[in-house]
This record gives sequence, C-alpha cells and structure tokens, in this order.
Amino acid sequence: MSNDPTHQFLVNKIVPIEIGGIDFSFTNASLFMVATVAVATGFLYFTTGQRGLVPSRMQSVSEMSYEFIASMLREGAGSHGMKFFPFVFSLFMFVLTANLLGMMPYFFTITSQIIVTFALAMLVIGTVVVYGFYKHGFGFLKLFVPAGVPGALLPLVVSIEVISFLSRPISLSIRLFANMLAGHITLKVFAGFVTSLSALGAVGVAGAILPLFMTVALTGLEFLVSFLQAYVFAVLTCMYLNDAVHPGGH
Amino acid sequence: MSVTLASAESTPFEIAQAETPADAHETPADAHAAQPAGEVHTETGVAHGEEAGSGVFPPFDQTTFASQLLWLAITFGLFYLLMSKVVIPRIGGILETRHDRIAQDLDEASRLKAEADAAIAAYEQDLASARTKGNAIASAARDEAKAKADAERAKIEASLQDKIAGAETRIAEIKAKALADVGTIAEETTTALVEQLIGSKATKAEIASAVKSVAGK
Repeated sequence: MSNDPTHQFLVNKIVPIEIGGIDFSFTNASLFMVATVAVATGFLYFTTGQRGLVPSRMQSVSEMSYEFIASMLREGAGSHGMKFFPFVFSLFMFVLTANLLGMMPYFFTITSQIIVTFALAMLVIGTVVVYGFYKHGFGFLKLFVPAGVPGALLPLVVSIEVISFLSRPISLSIRLFANMLAGHITLKVFAGFVTSLSALGAVGVAGAILPLFMTVALTGLEFLVSFLQAYVFAVLTCMYLNDAVHPGGH
Repeated sequence: MSVTLASAESTPFEIAQAETPADAHETPADAHAAQPAGEVHTETGVAHGEEAGSGVFPPFDQTTFASQLLWLAITFGLFYLLMSKVVIPRIGGILETRHDRIAQDLDEASRLKAEADAAIAAYEQDLASARTKGNAIASAARDEAKAKADAERAKIEASLQDKIAGAETRIAEIKAKALADVGTIAEETTTALVEQLIGSKATKAEIASAVKSVAGK
C-alpha cells in the first residue's frame, strides 16, 4: 500500500466526532490545519518578538511577507482595498504554509483536498459578492456590463462576463488543488521507481539513478510550485477584490 | 483532467489498487506507469458515480467533506483572528516605527545641515567684514603716512626755496656790485689808455660819459 501514490491523500480519523449523524471527526487533515495555523502564527509571532528597529534575518522574512502582500493588494485593488489586507495576508500565509508543510515527508497536504481549496475560493468569491452588494448595491452588477460595448453585443458580452465570474471559484480552487495533487503524485511515483528498481539488484540500482535525480529535481520544483500557487492564489484574490471595490472601472 | 472522459470505465481504480501490491514486486515499472492513468479515469468516474467509501479517490471522498469544512472554518477563522488582531498590528507597528524613525532622523539631519550652513554663512560674513575693516585700516594708515610725507616734503621744498631765493639775491647783489666795479675799472683803464695814446689827461667827466655810452650799447 505504501507504493500507492494516492495513499498520501487519505483522510484518517484521529478523534471520531459525530454530530447529528454527520461526521465531524478530527482527522489528519484537521491536525495539519491546526499545524499550519500553529507554524505560520508561531513563525510570524516569534520572529517579530524583538521588534527590532534593525530587523534580524527572520524578522525580515516576516516583514517582507507583510510588505509583499501589502504592495500586491495596493496594486491590485487600490488603497480602498487595503481593508482586506488581513484577509489576503491570512489566505496567503495559510496556503503557503500548508503547501510548504505538505512538502515534508509523511506530512499531509491540506491544499491537495479539493474541498479545502474550494472552500477558500468560495470564501474569496463570497467576500467579493457580499462586499460588492453591501458597498455598491445593484451598482455592483455593473461589473457584468463593460463600458463602451455596442447595444447589439451587450447580451453576448454580459453572458460571457457572468460565466467568467461564475467560473472563478472553480478555476481558483482547481488550480491550487490540481497543482498540489499532481506534484505530490509525480514525486511519489518517481520516488517509488527508485525503491522498486533498486530492489532488483545491480542493474536496477543503476537504473534507479535517473528517477532519483528526477525526484530531487521535482522536489525543488515542488517547493517553487508551493510558493507560486500561494502567490497566484493571493494575486487572483486581490484582482477579484478589486471588482468588489471598483465594480465599474476595469 | 478531462471530466468528460468519465463513465466508460468506473472500476479500474479498484482493480489497480488490488493489483498494485502484487505487481509491485514483479514489474514495478509497469505497475507505476499504469497507476496514474488508471486513477485519472477513476477519479472522474467515481466522483460522478456513487461514493463508495474506501474505494473513492481520497480527495473526492465526500464523507470527509463535512469534517474538513468544519475544521477548516475553525482553523482558518482562528488564523484570521490571530493575524488581524496580533500579527498584523505587530508587524505594521514595527514598520511604522521604523518609517517614523527614519523620517525623524532625516529631519534631524536636515536640521543639522541647515545649522551648519548658517554657521558657514555667519563665518563668511564675519570674514568679509573683517576683510573690509582691515582694508579700511590699511588705507587710512596709508593716507596718513602719505599726508605726513607730503607735508614733510612741502616743508623741505619751502625751506629749499627760501635758501635758493637768498642765494639768488646774493648772486644778484654780487653781480650788481661787480657790474658797478666794471664801470670804475673801465674808466681807470680808459684814462690810462687815453694817457698812453694821446699823452694828455682826459677829464674824468668825459671818460665817464664815453664809458657810459659804450656800456649802454
């Protein structure tokens, strides 16, 4: 079973909890959600404990992530969008930490669960919709009516805009989920080649060298993907929030 | 992956799963190569079919969804609270303090620079006024010395002038006296000449008038 590349995505109950016939067990996924929160919060909290005027290296990392998201949000959604800074920062740090934790051997990758990424994506879109209607009322619907489009084309353009808006939570969640899932499966498959080939004797060991290199290279690539997907998630969140803040202007 | 490819084969996943452990020892490469392909079909097939508990591709196992959603809500909610209440104000505060400190230091630096500029300007002004004052003193001293020298020279020139005048009068006196003597000598000489030439004495008046007429020419 250890060679099954999908085994790593199995959700196992640690503390079974059932409320009203629905399974709310504390699972290994829940454990790693808690771990993600603990690691991310612990890092950000303890590295900034000194409050150094001249930051230490680790404090710099925390400050850089802060300023990174702050400038991303300011560019994406303008200064009005800065009220969403805690939200975007939490999303980015949560996804990034979850992705990076998932790179550790034997660790569970919570972002490889479609329901998790879909829930986060729905949270983003829900925020956009709720804030958009709260702030602009029905003016928020101008989002679907680009300015300067001839009347004849309007139904077509509006329907395209609506479809693209509806597909956002799907693309946002599938992108993160599929990247993490595919990366981990690929890693597992190549690493599996190494163990099973090297069990075949001298020729097998020689043949295992190539997959070993692939595994090492893929591990590096996966760390890049972990960061990149968290970044993409945050950037798209900023862009969608921009629609909520400024529905008229694109 | 293609969702449309579903339906046709809904079982291969179970088969692949069942075969995997056995195959792994014999032809591992084949087993692994077959697995991802098999499971791609399965995930779509099962997701659209009935959820069958353990046989389901794990990320699409809907029995875990409720628990994952609940725990995600709890953990992410907690994370959001921690970020917005603790971490973000803290890092924001650090950055703000640093910005303030830098701005303050810059202000201080520009203030000190202004002070230094003012000091330099004052120094140069002092220098310039000292220079003018020095020039004035020097030119006053020079004028005084010049005036003194001029006065001295005028005095000396005046005394020299006096001496020259005195000498000139004396020369004139001597000249006049000499000229007067010339008349008497001429008369005596003429008397002697006449006596020698004609042997008779001419009267004194005749000789005097004769000398006078010659001297008058």
